Amino acid sequence: MATPGKNNVTPSTDKRNWHTATLIKSEMIASDIKALTFSAKNEIEHKPGQHYDIRLTSESGYQAARSYSVASAPNKKGLVEFGIQLLPNGEVSPYLFELQPGESVEMKGPLGGHFIWDDTMPGPLILIGGGSGVVPLMSMLRHAQAKKIKKEILLLLSAKSVEKIPYYKELESYKDKSTHIIYTLTGESPKGWKGLTGRINKDLLDKLLTSYKEKMPMVYICGPTLFVETIADTLIQSGWNSHEIRTERFG
Amino acid sequence: MIINKGFTQKRTSNGRLPPGQYETKDFPVLSLGPTPRVTKESWALEVKGLATPMKWNWKEFTSFPIENIKTDIHCVTRWSKFDTMWKGVSIDHIMKKAKVSNRATHLIAHSYDGYTTNIPIADIMGGKAWVAIEYEGKDIEADHGGPARLFIPHLYFWKSAKWLKALEFVQGDHPGFWETRGYHNYGDPWKEQRYTFD
Repeated sequence: MATPGKNNVTPSTDKRNWHTATLIKSEMIASDIKALTFSAKNEIEHKPGQHYDIRLTSESGYQAARSYSVASAPNKKGLVEFGIQLLPNGEVSPYLFELQPGESVEMKGPLGGHFIWDDTMPGPLILIGGGSGVVPLMSMLRHAQAKKIKKEILLLLSAKSVEKIPYYKELESYKDKSTHIIYTLTGESPKGWKGLTGRINKDLLDKLLTSYKEKMPMVYICGPTLFVETIADTLIQSGWNSHEIRTERFG
Repeated sequence: MIINKGFTQKRTSNGRLPPGQYETKDFPVLSLGPTPRVTKESWALEVKGLATPMKWNWKEFTSFPIENIKTDIHCVTRWSKFDTMWKGVSIDHIMKKAKVSNRATHLIAHSYDGYTTNIPIADIMGGKAWVAIEYEGKDIEADHGGPARLFIPHLYFWKSAKWLKALEFVQGDHPGFWETRGYHNYGDPWKEQRYTFD
């Protein structure tokens, strides 16, 4: 273990082992998604889009681990925020939903080396998220905000209802000349809803994205398998290059 | 190790499950980007490197002896699926056909989307690996790697490259796509070799 105040743990050693992380804050960010912020000593700075494995151990010694995307921007304070969707019949997420500040879990990471955004990439950043699939995209968006990166960014977010839009208030605050945030609701929309409704389709993608096509864009799509498959296929049909599209599927 | 008070097991244990895995009845899809659409008509399998160069189209390839395989598969994202049924051509057969040199130590599998993965030769010989052309009695669907994918069930499933385009036999190890992006170079589910430092 590390001696407090001394950085005597090399990143590679820390990364390969499970280590204890303590919950600092737990907060609902959509009707079925909680943001959980953990503190861990000597945490390695993640890249936007990466994930951690979180592991629970029962009193009988049984262990279960799942992967969760990081929602926070990279920082040097050893704090990592995850956006965790409640799967009522799940093994890990219901327990994490009840976790109280001060309690601990084990985690390992940051992990994953493809679904990541490097802010030195030249072109516009296009983010397409379905439900809790917006979590790793949030890390990218927050990173761009924190570093005041002057770049065209478009986030297209699909959710069943307004209540299910993760980080709604925060996302609203990011809207400006170069940061476009567009929501579409696939279920009920409230009276006076100014966003879009219905599933993301070819017409919408062509309308929103064509102007970025010649500017070396990178597209990140994250969400349920069918959501990602459909959108990625549609973009290919519209002439997008598969090297410009990175995907992360779940469920 | 810490104990999470109140946390209890919900999934059933099974001796067939490698450590850290859970059983699923679904067949989740994991790919790095859009699904390439490769038709049987346009598909061909190439053998290159330390072997006699070969290229077979779908008709030629499926005239090779086809084996039935029933086995469990394990994905690094922690799901395992029991008793999956596949049909495929044994890599042993392909290596014999292409007269692979005994200097070859590794296979690099190449996919239509540019993906690569590396496997030691010892792990693909002796009835341990196939080029699969059918899943559960049907064509392999595009999102699961059809028309043909590599099938090496004793390693984590990212080694079973989808949309297989070429088998390259080489001397020395050349880590592939995921192997250079934080995932383990070998990927034995029973040793839980998920990530680079596992």
